[in-house]
Amino acid sequence: MSGAARGKLKLYLGYAAGVGKTYRMLIEAQDLKRQGVDIVIGYFEPHGRKETIALTEGLETIPRRMVLYNGARFEEMDTDAILRRHPAVAVVDEFAHTNVPGSPRLKRWQDVQVLLDASIDVLTTVNVQHLESLNDQVYDATGVRVRETVPDWVVDEADEVVLIDLTTRALRNRLERGVVYAPEKARHAMENFFNEANLSALREMAMRHAAHEVEEKLRPIQAPAPAGGGVAAPENPPRGSERILICLTGRPSSAVLIRRGKRVADYLQADCLAIHVAQPHETGADAVERHLSFARNLRIETHIVHAADVPRAIADFARAQRITQIFMGRSLPPPMWQRFRETVVQQVVRQAKDMQITIVAERRK
Amino acid sequence: MAARPEHKPSPEELLRRVQNAERRERRGRLKVFLGYASRVGKTYRMFDEGRRRKQRGQDVVVGLVQAANEPDVQELLSCFEMIPPIQERHGGQTYEVIDLPTLFRRHPAVCLIDELAYDNPPGSRNPQRWQDVEDLLDRGIAVITAVNLQHIREQQLDVERLTGKRAAYSVPEAFLREADEIEVVDVAPESLLDRTGGTNRPDSRVLAELRELALLLAADVVDRQLVEYLEMHGVVARWGAQERILVCLTPRSNAVAMLRSGHRNALRFHGALLAAYVEQPGLRAEDRARLEQHLALARELGAEVHSLRGSDFVESILDFANEQRITQLFLGHTGQERRFWFSRSPIDRVIEAAENFDVRLFPRPESK
Repeated sequence: MSGAARGKLKLYLGYAAGVGKTYRMLIEAQDLKRQGVDIVIGYFEPHGRKETIALTEGLETIPRRMVLYNGARFEEMDTDAILRRHPAVAVVDEFAHTNVPGSPRLKRWQDVQVLLDASIDVLTTVNVQHLESLNDQVYDATGVRVRETVPDWVVDEADEVVLIDLTTRALRNRLERGVVYAPEKARHAMENFFNEANLSALREMAMRHAAHEVEEKLRPIQAPAPAGGGVAAPENPPRGSERILICLTGRPSSAVLIRRGKRVADYLQADCLAIHVAQPHETGADAVERHLSFARNLRIETHIVHAADVPRAIADFARAQRITQIFMGRSLPPPMWQRFRETVVQQVVRQAKDMQITIVAERRK
Repeated sequence: MAARPEHKPSPEELLRRVQNAERRERRGRLKVFLGYASRVGKTYRMFDEGRRRKQRGQDVVVGLVQAANEPDVQELLSCFEMIPPIQERHGGQTYEVIDLPTLFRRHPAVCLIDELAYDNPPGSRNPQRWQDVEDLLDRGIAVITAVNLQHIREQQLDVERLTGKRAAYSVPEAFLREADEIEVVDVAPESLLDRTGGTNRPDSRVLAELRELALLLAADVVDRQLVEYLEMHGVVARWGAQERILVCLTPRSNAVAMLRSGHRNALRFHGALLAAYVEQPGLRAEDRARLEQHLALARELGAEVHSLRGSDFVESILDFANEQRITQLFLGHTGQERRFWFSRSPIDRVIEAAENFDVRLFPRPESK
């Protein structure tokens, strides 16, 4: 990038479809246009909502790109066309959207990064359940596993996050009146995901997350790492700072472990590392690689250590890296014929009595 | 830290809630728009909601409007029927008092009251305006109103610490918590500075802090309503949006480190901090004294302290943690090695049984 400042990102954060994120975003777009700002709609999802559609009037819209996939036609945001048009501000609905396969980028938030890199400011909308770090909490509270997620650092980098609040009663009224979805879909929604308890829980999460984002921006800017210090300087972490180590395996529960460890690290402003101890003749390398790459996507520093004695390797690595807290998943119960043998967790607990060790629950229902 | 209601409601509490629910059936509904500073746009949002309700055929009137309003609000106002307040002079000052008698006679479905925090002149039916609103609600009239964080009585100390100013009028937080609905009006502080020309206003940092307070207050209100809703409907409370940390204290644990860390976590997550110990018979005097010290520190750090009874330490802790929707359990490492090759330590048992919360083990004081 040639000197030009990166574009600013403004996020309208809601807790469900229909709370009015797009509506508020378009009101702001109209305001900006009135002030003479060069603003275009890069992507807009009308959902057949009349009041919202009316707000797009008078705003230039960049036509969508047609994508053929499996013989069907899909429409996606045309990022290249927006770049060519190069407005000052672009309105991009549905930040968490996953692009159809064959698109230049996997996720819409990645398209938005491209626009920001080209010094275009972006207004966008997202619901709290799409935040990666809240994925398990959302599942605990609602029983729904959200598949489209956005890494937290993307949201943390936003210049402004504004909460779009609406009471759950008002939202359910909107659903009943058919403002949000067609009647059939609305009824189904209200009996399922949009029930009172789910909506209240999501709303509380959105409020707490908005508060967290405000607090993040209030924190004093940390001193930059000393020159030549590498990625992380374990020799001399600032006093009192925490360093968290996540112990990864190929087991599916590692995803929960990664999200949980990262969330705690973010809230405590701690460094976050992940380690996988590869044993000789280990199987399931694909699953491990998936978890490592998931961790890297969340900006966690990953390490692979080859050793036969897993607990010893973890404890040694943790000491060498001045780790203050180890995150592990629960060990599987040992097979019957070995039921008196210590599990990996038990061994780490015994070998690292000088450290804090967190055993993350799988939170089964 | 967030104050929380006791988790297992007593029969009296349940009765109170049922009575409240019955009272609410007859009462008008109260909706409050909460803003973190003046001119975030809550007045506009309130009148806009009134307008939309009117369009849907509800009988809406305005009971009170502030004198100075922005042009967009003025435009909205033109569509409403007004019941102007009564002007009263008292001690050389002019007061505006909601015209309750006229409103009672007119008896609309919905009454809009801008500016909730206000002291009526001496000799009025109610000393404060929020009490006038209660009267409207008792008559079955729904009220939509707006209030600023700086006017919430229990928040005024924090607001004053930030802005150096204390608003003259206030509304008790309980009034807000009892509202049927509360909605946050949020804007980025940057746009607020732009809109008001950046003069004579708190700086963006102060605005951000006020904003955080307002968001957390609203989250607490929503959390409490959610818990009440779940209890009223006999739904087992699930692990929700708030972090709840339980520190398990024993005489020998490194209570200082555990409590401080628990406190820090609770602050950062805006969660709740609890501390519990299991009563043990025949505790030695020095252990008893140490435990008392730990409990005193826990209280000092704002933890909710619980004493548990039960013959089995692990079971008592697990039951309590589940009942309290704990998300993180803090426990000390044990000093003892496994006594027998086949024995399971209390820690092993806790880890094995902890399905819904994380277990964090802390080093013992000696090994530091």
